[in-house]
Amino acid sequence: MEADKSVYIMGLGVPDPKGVFGTTLGLQKKFGSRRVLDMPVSENGMTGIALGSALVGMRPIITHQRIDFMLLSLDQIINNAAKWHYMFGGRQKMPVVFRLLVGRGWGQGPQHSQSLQALFAHIPGLKVVMPFSPYDAKGLLISAVEDDNPVVFIEHRWLHGICGAVPEDMYRVPLGEARVVREGKDITLVASSYMTLEAIRAAARLQELGVDCEIIDLRTVKPLDEKTIIDSVMKTGRLVVVDGGWRSFGVSAEIVALSSERCHGKLACAPRRIAFPDVPTPTSWALANHYYPDAADITAAVGGIFDIPAAMNDLNNRDCDIPRDVPDKSFTGPF
Amino acid sequence: MVEETIAGLYALQQMRCPVHLCIGQEAVAAGVCAQLRTADYLMSNHRSHGHYLAKGGDMKAMFAEIFGKATGCSGGKGGSMHLVDLTVNILGTTPIVGGVIPVAAGIAFGTVLQNKKRLSAVFMGEAAAEEGVFAETLNFCALKRLPVLFVCENNFFSVYSPLSVRQPAARSNSKLAAAYGIPAHAGDGNDVSGVYEAAGKAVRHIRVHGGPYYLEFKTYRWREHCGPNYDNDLGYRKESDFIKWRKRCPVENYQRKLLRDRILNSAVLEGMKSRISAEIAEAVRFAKESPFPPASDALSGVYSNR
Repeated sequence: MEADKSVYIMGLGVPDPKGVFGTTLGLQKKFGSRRVLDMPVSENGMTGIALGSALVGMRPIITHQRIDFMLLSLDQIINNAAKWHYMFGGRQKMPVVFRLLVGRGWGQGPQHSQSLQALFAHIPGLKVVMPFSPYDAKGLLISAVEDDNPVVFIEHRWLHGICGAVPEDMYRVPLGEARVVREGKDITLVASSYMTLEAIRAAARLQELGVDCEIIDLRTVKPLDEKTIIDSVMKTGRLVVVDGGWRSFGVSAEIVALSSERCHGKLACAPRRIAFPDVPTPTSWALANHYYPDAADITAAVGGIFDIPAAMNDLNNRDCDIPRDVPDKSFTGPF
Repeated sequence: MVEETIAGLYALQQMRCPVHLCIGQEAVAAGVCAQLRTADYLMSNHRSHGHYLAKGGDMKAMFAEIFGKATGCSGGKGGSMHLVDLTVNILGTTPIVGGVIPVAAGIAFGTVLQNKKRLSAVFMGEAAAEEGVFAETLNFCALKRLPVLFVCENNFFSVYSPLSVRQPAARSNSKLAAAYGIPAHAGDGNDVSGVYEAAGKAVRHIRVHGGPYYLEFKTYRWREHCGPNYDNDLGYRKESDFIKWRKRCPVENYQRKLLRDRILNSAVLEGMKSRISAEIAEAVRFAKESPFPPASDALSGVYSNR
């Protein structure tokens, strides 16, 4: 915002005392109420407002504290934002960032914890970004704001608490480039956002069991970095896709299809998907325990491929009688 | 004359996209746009040929767009429902009902953030007042006092669905705007002088006091919702209503008035008509002779490159 006066941010609660989980605290004091503003609870209309301002040279960031509320603005996002550049023959650009938070745990339930990356990734004209590391979160957000296209920027609430080195200066992580988080030779794990963390945990466990995992953090879901995925699968010959989204017709399905089309002869076994079951998110922790896959599911899936019975232990021993609905013990609700 | 030309040529099957003709509704476009400056912004809906031309949009580029040609205002990717001419600040027209209402307000919001004095006009049909974004946009425009001119053309039908099944009978939708504290005026959309005066008052109000203004004009669509034909045979509206509105043709009546008041004489009028005819013929020729976009255009231009 210091670098470019056309950047402004609006969303319900952006300047409020909690500042969207602390992410916008102090911004209004620094940049003023014209560039850092609260807004009426009119998601579709306010999205249109953002788009119109983008047509005359502004670079809006519109923020929703839960991605679910953004569904009210699908008309403006899909009918207008995604198509504007194409349908008017490339005469105009539409630089807008939709910053959306995915809730999880503490009973967020069916309408406060959806993972909609596949929905947006299906729409030509949108870019979909899902950072995992703090470094990437900053670098990707700067790239998203500087991009001349509508970018859906999905932040997972459980990543707000993780730590990592973040330089003070302006740096960019390019959109559309995945990152090999961990090099390995036996199997490729493709993940994104919070599920990258679960994949890293699984890879550490699998190393103990003698399996060397390569982990790809997608960082950008659309446009998809096909080359990095294909290069890795061609090397390892095995693929497990881990997606924090629904299984059917989802990001995991897309990547498995890609591997089938492009790596068929090199695949040593059928690709596997680990994703959410095709049901809405249940609220009670006792039910949610059976909804979210984690590192134990990944370990077990890879163990199944390599026929390592011990890899099933974590899953078999997983205690479903205690809540697993918080990212760590410091988290005591309400959300 | 442009719309009659399109209707006449449509059967050739060279204009292969939906066309929503504004025959019968010309006065609103002409009267309002005559009060706008080139620097003012305009957005519109599916029935936008009149708005586009009245604001100064390039006629050749419009015809070429309807013919699907590379020289079209949207390079053949938009068609009749997606007109644009950045040289006169027409930033786009779209057919999703109410879809550009908040976008037009966003243009005004952007110019306010940039400390520019510009007005953003948006044309809408009366059905758009039934959309959620209509209420949302009025609220935000009133809240931020955005320089937006809303122009509602109430032609009583959304496709074939009459106003009576869509909105309460006793309430003009200009009253919805008034309820948000937005100055509103409802008038006769077939009287171009009245439209011009009302629009002038609205535009002056916006320029002097800031804040939005809402205009509603009753008018009537002569032809079918989409396409070149008359459709009174369908029975969704009364022939007698059509005949009544036909007599109130905004173009013929205004011509008659200008002749009667001796502002024009028939020689001048015929001269104007022949100049317009020549311009239209030239635009049609340009559109027909222009090349189609190359095949590569179909799969490119999804993203802006940066």
